[in-house]
Amino acid sequence: MRIELLWWEGCPSTDEALDGLTRVLREERVEAEVELVEVVGDEQARAERFPGSPTIRIDGEDAVPAEAGEPVSLTCRVYRLRDGRISPTPDPEDLREAVRRAT
Amino acid sequence: MKIGDTAPDFSLPDTNGERHGRDGVTVVVFTCNHCPYALAWHDRIAQAARDYANVRFLAVNPNDAERYPRDSLEAMRERVAREDWPMPYLRDESQEVARAFGARTTPDVFVFDAEGRLRYRGAPDADHRSEAENAAWLREALDAVLAGEQPARPETEPVGCSVKWKR
Repeated sequence: MRIELLWWEGCPSTDEALDGLTRVLREERVEAEVELVEVVGDEQARAERFPGSPTIRIDGEDAVPAEAGEPVSLTCRVYRLRDGRISPTPDPEDLREAVRRAT
Repeated sequence: MKIGDTAPDFSLPDTNGERHGRDGVTVVVFTCNHCPYALAWHDRIAQAARDYANVRFLAVNPNDAERYPRDSLEAMRERVAREDWPMPYLRDESQEVARAFGARTTPDVFVFDAEGRLRYRGAPDADHRSEAENAAWLREALDAVLAGEQPARPETEPVGCSVKWKR
């Protein structure tokens, strides 16, 4: 399983996202390294189809797919937690589902 | 800006074109439409604006709308029309006000006393994830300023998305 965490320095959420992802992987007993990919410019954002930081991809698929029409840009991504709150990081249960789908 | 500095003079248009500036005890919050931190804290800041009706609250969006269209004036208007805003939402198109304040993130909160001196700068509270925090640092600062005292915690680290400066 290939797991990537794409991040941009303009958002302070990378550590929080990595902690959440690592916790889910540990709980799901998945031994996979998380590859950190820094997105540094607009050109790379377009090439990576980067909808914002952080974006977690499992085997190339966005773990929490962005809404259709979401622009690609150097921005902080807006996630919606399962209880409705807005968050800069994905809901751990959404990550867990994505990990389970991939295993 | 440093604690104790005098507020820069400014006058910015809201989503209806009406201009606003500092007047009496004033809270200036640099914020925006596209940042999850600004969005997560928005309701708490808005509730503080309702609860401190004798304090002027000004929300200022300084982001480059060309690269971040969700922060355009039109998008700001749509948001104000859709939501219940207890404070004007101002557009800092030139970004001069944000630069004068030294704003770094959205949100970035500045509290001024009635003489225009900066008494608090930083985050609204300790945790964007916890609604129970209820903008406690902002409220604590306002309570002190309204009592004529110096806030016990005059400065915290602003947390949020970087201000999107024009290139």
